[in-house]
Amino acid sequence: MRHLLSTADLTRTQALRILDTAEEMTGVSAREVKKLPTLRGRTVVNLFFEDSTRTRVSFEAAAKRLSADVVNFSAKGSSVSKGESLKDTVQTLDAMGADAIVIRHGSSGAPAQLAASDWSEAAVVNAGDGTHEHPTQALLDALTLRRDWHAAHYGEASSPRGTDLTGMRVLIVGDVLHSRVARSNIWLLTTLGATVSLVAPGTLLPVGVESWPVTVHYSFDQALAAGPDAVIMLRVQAERMGGSFFPNAAEYARRWGLTEERLAVVNQLRLAETEAPALILHPGPMNRGVEISAAAADSAQSRITEQVTNGVSVRMAVLHLLLTGSRGHHDDDRSSL
Amino acid sequence: MSGATLITSARLYGQDPADLLLRGGQIAAVGDDLRSQAAEQLDEDVTVIDAEGLIALPGMVDLHTHLREPGREDAETVETGTRAAARGGFTAVHAMANSAPVADTAGVVEQVHRLGLESGWSEVYPVGAVTVGLGGERLAELGAMAESSAAVRMFSDDGHCVDNALLMRRAMEYVKSFGGFIAQHAQEPTLTAEAQMNEGEVSATLGLPGWPAVAEEAIIARDVLLAQHTGARLHICHVSTAGSVGIIRWAKDRGVAVTAEVTPHHLMLTDELVTSYNPVYKVNPPLRTRVDVDALRQGLAEGVIDVIGTDHAPHPTQAKECEWAQAAMGMTGLETALPVVAHAMISTGLMDWRRFSEVTSTEPARIYGHQHQGRPLQAGEPANLILVDPQAAGPIRPESHASKGRNSPFAGLELPGRVRYTFLAGHPTLAEGELATSLTGRAA
Repeated sequence: MRHLLSTADLTRTQALRILDTAEEMTGVSAREVKKLPTLRGRTVVNLFFEDSTRTRVSFEAAAKRLSADVVNFSAKGSSVSKGESLKDTVQTLDAMGADAIVIRHGSSGAPAQLAASDWSEAAVVNAGDGTHEHPTQALLDALTLRRDWHAAHYGEASSPRGTDLTGMRVLIVGDVLHSRVARSNIWLLTTLGATVSLVAPGTLLPVGVESWPVTVHYSFDQALAAGPDAVIMLRVQAERMGGSFFPNAAEYARRWGLTEERLAVVNQLRLAETEAPALILHPGPMNRGVEISAAAADSAQSRITEQVTNGVSVRMAVLHLLLTGSRGHHDDDRSSL
Repeated sequence: MSGATLITSARLYGQDPADLLLRGGQIAAVGDDLRSQAAEQLDEDVTVIDAEGLIALPGMVDLHTHLREPGREDAETVETGTRAAARGGFTAVHAMANSAPVADTAGVVEQVHRLGLESGWSEVYPVGAVTVGLGGERLAELGAMAESSAAVRMFSDDGHCVDNALLMRRAMEYVKSFGGFIAQHAQEPTLTAEAQMNEGEVSATLGLPGWPAVAEEAIIARDVLLAQHTGARLHICHVSTAGSVGIIRWAKDRGVAVTAEVTPHHLMLTDELVTSYNPVYKVNPPLRTRVDVDALRQGLAEGVIDVIGTDHAPHPTQAKECEWAQAAMGMTGLETALPVVAHAMISTGLMDWRRFSEVTSTEPARIYGHQHQGRPLQAGEPANLILVDPQAAGPIRPESHASKGRNSPFAGLELPGRVRYTFLAGHPTLAEGELATSLTGRAA
């Protein structure tokens, strides 16, 4: 494949190849000299139509550790804010010789449109599109989950490479309707053998969710009683609060937040039959006190800072695989992932 | 002016072959072997068209066309839109009111009407806006538009729903006195605030805000009850859901004076196409599911749905070559209506060409109240008719269309049936599949 647009497109083999490569990249990031020469002379453009400093910095660090030249293009203050079309922007970047375009866009499907167009020959990486998908976030979540899941079963010394998440039960909590993270995780974790459950108010689940390979709960407490191995908390956007989705932030926190009381329940959970504790993830940025309490965010079970670290490794792996599989700007559709 | 036209061996309504003699804007004679009669009795020039293998149908009448003029001449003009109509087999089109300025005064509807007369490729009947500026707040000057030289009888805020129930009731009652009717764009606005596509399994996966079927059905249910209560006529534009078909069937069973329209694209395409995020598939109302398509086809075959309306909605390229959420809604339709309906309804055995002529000509003309369109292929009737080659096939090529719009969702599809000739008042505006001259002598 030439692009990374959606985790629904990834086969198990392709997903494992990314995760395994990311494990190798983690070794690079742990070295004193955190750099590989593999993308020297290649240009990666971070094309961000939405503000997301976290994701942009992560992609930038990933590209630089692979020795690529990085161009950051933010829509704000650029010609885009003067009405330039996506097509013209992309053709401009293409004319400057972009080998990969990492695109974050508020409109669902913009990366897919770019990849399907003849506007550019560059590899397209979806860095989050509207309420559609955020594939590298799901991949870093999977990398984080796999490491603990494997270590719990086979010990810290054993490499998780080549293994998947078979048997793992993951609970995703919160605004699924508007979450690109939830969609990407549902497809990827299911492909990797995990069982996914959702818990959310009825207003924040999409019509059509019944066709997804998930179990849906409305009660967080009932969902926790089923004993998940990991809980992924979704961010609640400020604009949803005080609207018609739920009455207010306080009621949301009481019913769907990972409060201190629910943290006590999660504290008792273990990874399957092992002694290792269950995991808490959050894609960030967090609303402490709304969807997640400070105690939960800072608990020993939290993997939130590991997620950030793993994000760089996963993005290194994705850029490496997309750009070293095919040589040159106008190469044909050679499978690299 | 040329003299008479003799059409030989055309299959009337797809049935038995007969000859048609057109003279003086009328069908002068229908019968077997008119050639010998013509040779003996006529000393004027007679153009003979061998229509062996072609089907003769009454000229099609579109109750739902966006000609974009005045205001968006970059998207379409009355001239280009009516050329498209002639190529598509339409001898009358009804131009929706969402121009700029909006067709909410006698002045604007008279302008559009005059532009249509000057073009002469197809008759043009302006539709008047129901409310001032399509704003949904105050009634437009409905009486003035009715009394204008355009003699408007059909009123619609198409593109916007008349969602205020009291205003809708009053509009229906008001136009009743001069034989008018309201054509409702059924879309409950609060349920579709940011809607981008049909709400269902596909929208859930694509992360596009959903446009629920209930937003259409709730307004239709309300309006058929209002029509029953007021005794007024109601027309429902572009019905798109199975639930809507059910509500309209229920209303008709109770004797409500409601008629309904379906577009060619809603008879064929589904929301699965949106997985490409190609904005050519973005339309209002949105493409629905296979269940809806099947119900619409059944409803049209049974007569629950009365007419085909194209909702021809041309857009300039940049309005579709952009992100889905930013893209304009709408598809071209005039030049593909016949092949699409033939594919969806005739190839499937759901209707024959006679029923086709009812839903594309007789019924829309009757709903509007035309006396000279939608007439049968008989001697003494106006010569508004088309000749169709049902065997012609090949891919749809939007770049060859007369419309300015290239936003056809059918591009590249192999669809059956092509219009070969269009006669407007006996004059061939389309001959051998190519635009000829207009009634006013314009060349394409």
